[in-house]
Amino acid sequence: MTEQSLYNYCLRMGDNALILSYRLSEWCSNGPMLEEDLALTNFALDMIGRAQAILKYASELQGGVKTEDDLAYRRSEREYYNNLITELPNGDFAQTIVRQLFISAFEFYFFTELQKSNNATLLAIAVKTLKEVKYHLMHATDWVIRLGDGTTESHKRMQDAINYLWMFTGELFEMDLIDTTLIEKGIGVDLMLLQPKWHRHIQQVMYDATLQLPEEGFMQTGSRKGIHTEYLGHILSEMQYLQRTYPDAIW
Amino acid sequence: MENKEQTVEEEILINFEKKIENGDSIEPKDKMPDGYRRHLIRQISQHAHSEVIGMQPESNWITRAPTLRAKQILLAKIQDEGGHGLYLYGAAETLGISRSELIEQLHTGKAKYSNIFNYPVLTWADIGAIGWLVDGAAIVNQVSLQRTSYGPYSRAMVRICKEESFHQRQGYEIMAKMMAGTKEQQEMAQDAMNRWWWPSLMMFGPHDSSSPHSGNAFKWKIKRHSNDELRHKFIDKTVQQAQVIGLKIPDKDLKWNEKNGHYEHGAINWYEFHKVIAGNGPCNKQRMEHHIKVHNEGKWVREAAEAHRLKKERQN
Ligand SMILES: [Fe+2]
Ligand SMILES: [Fe+2]
Ligand SMILES: [Fe+2]
Repeated sequence: MTEQSLYNYCLRMGDNALILSYRLSEWCSNGPMLEEDLALTNFALDMIGRAQAILKYASELQGGVKTEDDLAYRRSEREYYNNLITELPNGDFAQTIVRQLFISAFEFYFFTELQKSNNATLLAIAVKTLKEVKYHLMHATDWVIRLGDGTTESHKRMQDAINYLWMFTGELFEMDLIDTTLIEKGIGVDLMLLQPKWHRHIQQVMYDATLQLPEEGFMQTGSRKGIHTEYLGHILSEMQYLQRTYPDAIW
Repeated sequence: MENKEQTVEEEILINFEKKIENGDSIEPKDKMPDGYRRHLIRQISQHAHSEVIGMQPESNWITRAPTLRAKQILLAKIQDEGGHGLYLYGAAETLGISRSELIEQLHTGKAKYSNIFNYPVLTWADIGAIGWLVDGAAIVNQVSLQRTSYGPYSRAMVRICKEESFHQRQGYEIMAKMMAGTKEQQEMAQDAMNRWWWPSLMMFGPHDSSSPHSGNAFKWKIKRHSNDELRHKFIDKTVQQAQVIGLKIPDKDLKWNEKNGHYEHGAINWYEFHKVIAGNGPCNKQRMEHHIKVHNEGKWVREAAEAHRLKKERQN
């Protein structure tokens, strides 16, 4: 039970990193300025590294029959467990930055807690990831403030992005049997305890940026059960194209 | 009066040429002839734009890279190229021109970028071919520019060359892996070789006998080796690398010259070269439209950042 839960937990973390890195890497040669092109690519690189480490651990948990690349490139839509927010199209720069703020703030609290895990591998991953996430969070926060409190146009774009993305934030904190099993064993993180901290943090950034969070409302859900938006299938068909077309090739 | 001005001009030129002759580097604060400054702005900005436009063809494959490691390497490589663009814009700015002016020149067609990026990147093997051949050709040129006379340019080249040699090795590794792979992979690799070989040779520019700018560039030690010298250097090292992994060079006239210890290549299709330079390559329009579109889409972000900066300045 614990093994299976841990495996699934790793897929969740690994898929979050993998799919968000996919989206961020789409900014390459599309950024509003060269510096930002490089910054977003850098985040994508951090996340591929993270996905690789976590999926490798997941593969070891299953006896190493499938490699981390098999897990990334040979699973289908319903076998992915990333949060829906990571797979949404980038939208404009405002939407990408708001998404990054929501996710990086979540990851900041999540990996801070995961550093207390009694699973040595997860603990090591948490320590390394937290360093990167702190930087992502700082960068996203700076931009949210700059664009929220910039021009009328940038303010509007930011507010629109927040209003759209908000319904995808509830899912970050959803817990199921996997979570409770791992919390009991001292391995996983209690997401319920993170939510108020995350909320206060985001509220403060919104205040500094002259932006507003929507009233609590309807929240999207599904990824814990492998039910996704329509966007994920397109990501996978592109990402997995070579591995699926040439199954015997070695790259 | 007119005479006196001329002597000042002449004095600048004499001092400048003395420095060049002694092999001293020219620094931004040094007095330099206008022609030297103009030549450098043209060359450095063309180089910077090439790094940046070159991100487009490669980023075309980021989302389709076949493994996590391959994706990491490719992303990091493209990121390096963007970084090269930044150092080079910085070097050009020391000559008294701003990045936004340089981008303006690119968009109006006044400034150019390397022709090689007007070719399409069709398969994953093209990613290997680009790293190996295109970066390989760029290195030969850039190693020679490490000793160019303008200090900021030469220092940018030293930094850039270290990273370029990684790119070249990584590209070669992709080709080697594909040549050791399935029949389909081998065919893909050879096909990429066939399409990228000749455009890579063209990267060195026209033959020495018909190169328009080289006179002053040599005298001022901006350029230290001729186009043909550099092209030969590239061919010599690359032919051997191709043989090691079983790739054929798509040149039936290629032969080893015992006498001078170089390979002799067949005729380059200069008609195609000039056609692509004139804007009629497969991707010229696409690359430039993309750059302009992205630049325009980013305008609100740059304006907002500036507006925010001004607000903060007023508050302090
Ligand atoms: Fe380059
Ligand atoms: Fe470069
Ligand atoms: Fe390069």
